[in-house]
Amino acid sequence: MENKSHIEQLAEIRSLMERSSRFISLSGLSGIMAGTYALIGAFIARLYIKNSETYMEFIEGYSTRYVATSWSEYRIFILLGVAVATLSIVTGLLLTMRRAKKNKQNIWDKSALRMLVNLAIPLAVGGVFCTILLYQGYIGMVAPATLIFYGLSLVNGSKYTLDTIRHLGIVEIIIGLIAAVDLGNGLFYWALGFGVMHIIYGTAMWWKYERKQVGA
Amino acid sequence: MINNINKAFESRVRLGVMSVLMVNDWMDFNSVKDLLEVTDGNLSSHITALEKLNYIEIRKEFVAKRPKTSYRVTQEGRKAFSDHLLALENLLNRLN
Repeated sequence: MENKSHIEQLAEIRSLMERSSRFISLSGLSGIMAGTYALIGAFIARLYIKNSETYMEFIEGYSTRYVATSWSEYRIFILLGVAVATLSIVTGLLLTMRRAKKNKQNIWDKSALRMLVNLAIPLAVGGVFCTILLYQGYIGMVAPATLIFYGLSLVNGSKYTLDTIRHLGIVEIIIGLIAAVDLGNGLFYWALGFGVMHIIYGTAMWWKYERKQVGA
Repeated sequence: MINNINKAFESRVRLGVMSVLMVNDWMDFNSVKDLLEVTDGNLSSHITALEKLNYIEIRKEFVAKRPKTSYRVTQEGRKAFSDHLLALENLLNRLN
């Protein structure tokens, strides 16, 4: 009898330590949705490049690493990127809030705030840096840079949330570095990193943490 | 070994307060209360007990003109809680 109460004590200590220091309401479904949006965005961008008269110029721009196209030409990519990011964040918030409510967890506690601040620092630096890259005309480097900074921000934020996020971050960094070497295929790596990987890791997270609750 | 089982942590609330404070630096009263799902009175009596044992320290400050009380484990409290955990684990290992 006493044995059981000690086990319960240890389990409760563990659960309280986890709940109070990590943000664990993150929904895997939001990863899957973000990945789907990214793939749709990449698909539209691909169509646009194919139909564009500046197709060759674009390819050349990537391979020479330097291109001075006008704003109007890559504005669509920026718009697509912003649209994908906004949709992903809104969906992620909604799904995470729903999950937190279902588990009776508080979404705006200290651990959520800490995770967001730690995510935001590398992400903001990355955003500014990519704007500088665009401004300087290094368009080909933008896709690798977004992947690398996104990966760094995930690794940084993962200290305060689920471990799966750390793995995803490392994978994003590796894809970003490969994309920086293999210039000219930015869109492909972008779709791989933001699309396919989000879907894979989102599914893994859902499988690991949420599946049981649906069945129960 | 069994002697290391600390009577101070027999209460569920005190055990909870220590668990939360072990992994957080300065945590305010309401956050602890929300995590443990206990009443104000219940929590504050246990916190007073832990403070008397010198296991936690208290900081009072004003945030937006409202008083805010935060807590942190002391070195002593950290050691006492770690010993307690170790004792629990040892006990279980021996029984298994």
